[in-house]
Amino acid sequence: MTFADFADRHLPGNPNARLAVILLGIVIGMVGMSFAAVPLYQIFCQVTGYGGTTQRAAANGSQIIDRVVTVRFDSNIASGLPWKVKPAHAIEQNIGETSLINFTATNLADKTVKGQAGFNVTPERAALYFNKIECFCFTEQTLAPGETVEMPVTFFVDPEIDDDPELDTVREITLSYTFYPLN
Amino acid sequence: MANADAAHNHEAHDHPTGWKRYAYSTNHKDIGMMYLVFAIFAGFVGGILSGLMRWELAEPGIQIFHGLAAMVYGVDAGSQAALDAGKHMYNVFTTAHGLIMIFFMVMPAMIGGFANWFVPIMIGAPDMAFPRMNNISFWLLPPAFLLLVISMFVEGQAGFLGLGGGWTIYPPLSAQGGTSTTFAILALHIAGASSILGAINFITTIFNMRAPGMTLHKMPLFPWSVLVTAFLLLLSLPVLAGAITMLLTDVNFGTTFFAPEGGGDPLLFQHLFWFFGHPEVYILILPGFGIVSHIVSTFSRKPIFGYLGMVYAMVAIGFVGFIVWAHHMYTTGISLDTQRYFVAATMVIAVPTGVKIFSWIATMWGGSITFRTPMLWALGFIFLFTVGGVTGVVLANAGVDRSLHDTYYVVAHFHYVLSLGAVFAIFAGWYFWYPKMFGYMYSSVIAKTHFWMTFIGVNLIFFPQHFLGLAGMPRRYIDYPDAFATWNMVSSIGYAITGLATLVFLWGVFEGFSRKRVAGDNPWGEGATTLEWTLPSPPPFHQFETLPRIK
Repeated sequence: MTFADFADRHLPGNPNARLAVILLGIVIGMVGMSFAAVPLYQIFCQVTGYGGTTQRAAANGSQIIDRVVTVRFDSNIASGLPWKVKPAHAIEQNIGETSLINFTATNLADKTVKGQAGFNVTPERAALYFNKIECFCFTEQTLAPGETVEMPVTFFVDPEIDDDPELDTVREITLSYTFYPLN
Repeated sequence: MANADAAHNHEAHDHPTGWKRYAYSTNHKDIGMMYLVFAIFAGFVGGILSGLMRWELAEPGIQIFHGLAAMVYGVDAGSQAALDAGKHMYNVFTTAHGLIMIFFMVMPAMIGGFANWFVPIMIGAPDMAFPRMNNISFWLLPPAFLLLVISMFVEGQAGFLGLGGGWTIYPPLSAQGGTSTTFAILALHIAGASSILGAINFITTIFNMRAPGMTLHKMPLFPWSVLVTAFLLLLSLPVLAGAITMLLTDVNFGTTFFAPEGGGDPLLFQHLFWFFGHPEVYILILPGFGIVSHIVSTFSRKPIFGYLGMVYAMVAIGFVGFIVWAHHMYTTGISLDTQRYFVAATMVIAVPTGVKIFSWIATMWGGSITFRTPMLWALGFIFLFTVGGVTGVVLANAGVDRSLHDTYYVVAHFHYVLSLGAVFAIFAGWYFWYPKMFGYMYSSVIAKTHFWMTFIGVNLIFFPQHFLGLAGMPRRYIDYPDAFATWNMVSSIGYAITGLATLVFLWGVFEGFSRKRVAGDNPWGEGATTLEWTLPSPPPFHQFETLPRIK
C-alpha cells in the first residue's frame, strides 16, 4: 500500500491531506535512505577500495612485474589502550612479490588487555591493489601483562596497479594500523 | 451541515487578541511576523558572537577570550586554565555563530517569515494549507534555539564547556563533545522537524491552493523559489536528521557508525552531512533569488526578463545542488576521477546561476529605474552574490582547493554568498514589503544610511579575508602570526561599521512605527504587479474571501 492509497482510504476528498501524506512518505523514505547508506557505503568501500579499504586475498599473486614499490608501515594507539606497538621497517619489493613483515606489540599494563587493529592504506586508491593474505587485524589480540608478541602481515601488491593511470607516479605505499581497546 | 458551516465560518473570522493571538495563531501573517521577529533576535545573538570573534581577531595574540572564559565559566582569570578555556570557547562561538545564523536567522527570515507572509497572498490563497501545522512549525523553533544555547554551557570536548566542533559537527571531534553535542543535535533535530513541516505546508499550499487561473507557469517567481526550496528541504533535511541521529547514538549509546574502532568511518558522516549541507546553501539563497526578482522588476517598471528561464534556472540549481556534495571533501583522499566529476558538476551550477544574473541585468536594461531603498539592497545583492559566486567557481577547482581548503578564502566566499547575498536579499525584502506588512513607510534617509553603512562594512569585513586566505590563514583559530595583522584589523573595523549599521536598522524600524507615515495600498507604482499590492496595507486579517481570478 502506497502512501497515496493510505491517504485515499483514510482521508477521502481531502487533496491537501493526501499530498501531505505523500510528502511525509518522501521524508520517511529519505531518512531510510540515509540509514541504508551505512551498509551500502561499507560494501562500496570494500568493492572499490574507497577510503583506503584494503583487499583480502586467499593466495599469492599470479605474477611479479618489473616495477619496484616501497611499502612503509605505521602504527597508532587509540587512547585507553596501554600498548606499545613498533611497526616493521619499510621494505622495497617488486610489485606482485609476497612479503611477510612483523609488527611488535607489548602490553605495558599489569593486566590482560584485548585489542584489535583498524587499518588503512595511503594513497587511498592503492588500497584496491593492496592484498592481505594473513593479517593480525583480522582477529582480536589478547596480550598478557607485560607480554610482547610479533604480529605478522602477509601481503602483496596486485600487478594490475600498473594499469591504473591514477597511480602511475606512486612509488610508496603506506600501510597504517590503529589499535583500539576491546572490552 | 449548514449549521456546522456557519459555525466554522464564524470561527474562521474570529480575530483573537492579546497573547492568544500569537501563541495560538493559525494566521499566516501573524506567524510570519513572529518568524521575522525571531529571526531578528537570533540574528543579533549570532551577530554578537561574531562580534566577539572579530574583536578577538583584531590583533595577534589572545585579547578577550581568556577573560570571557573567566567571566562565564568561572575559571581563574589570567591562568593557563583560562587561556585554554578561552581557546575552546572561541571554537564554541564559531560553531554557535554558524548554526544560529543558518538555522535560526536566514531560514526563519526567508522561509518562515517572508514566505509565510507572501506566498499565500501572491498565489491568491486565503491562508496556508495547514494553519495549525504552521503554528507548530514556528513554536518548535524557540525550544530548538534554547537547546542550542544550552549546548554552549554544558560539558563538551576535553572537559571544557560547549561544542567546539564547527557548524559541520564532523566526528570524531564532535563525537567527543558529550552532553554539548547531544544538546546541539537535539536542537538541529527540532529545527529540522520545524523546517520539514514548513516544507510540506508550502508544497501543499502552492500545489493545491493557487487562485483560479493561476497555472504554475503564471505563478510569480517568489512562490516558485519557495516551492523549489521546500522540495530541497524535504529531500535533504531527513538525511541530516539520519546522520545526526547516528552521531547521537555514537555519542550516547555506544554505536560505531562513525567510529573506526567499531568498523565505522568518520568520512561517511561527511558524505551524509554534505548531501544535506550543499542543498542547504541553496535553501538559504533561493528565496532571496525570488525576492530580488520582484524588486528588480518593480523598480525597473518592466516584467522580469525571461520568466520561464528564471523558473527553470531555479529548478536546475535545486537539482544539480544534490549531486555536487563532495566538492566540500576534495582533500579527504577521494580519487582523481571522482574529483574530476565533482569539479565539472560544480561548475555546471554556474550556468543556471548565470542565467539568473544576466536575466536580472536584462530586466533592468532599458527599464525606467528608480533607486528606492529596496532596489539598492537588490543591486547590492546582485553585486555581492556575483563576487561570492566567482570565488565559488575558483574553489570548485580541486587543485586550487588543495591550497585554499579551510582557509579564510573559503570563509570570505561563503560569507559573500550568504552573509552578504542572503542577508542583503532579506533586507531588500524587508524594505520592499515593510509598507505592505505594517502599513507605514520607513524613512528613506535612515534606510539608505543603513544600506550604505552595511555595504561598506561587510565589504571591509570580508574582502580582506580573501587576501588572508590566499596568504594561508586557516579558519577556526583564535590566533594568527603577526604577518596577518593588517587585514585582520581592517576586517574587524568593517565589523564595527556593520554593527553600527544594524543599530541604524533598529532605529529605522522604530522611527517608521513612531512617525506612522501611511503607505497606501501600493507605494511602488505601476511596476508592482503581484497580488499583494492589490490588497490594503496592512492586508486584512483574512484576505481573498472571494478568490481573485487570474487571466
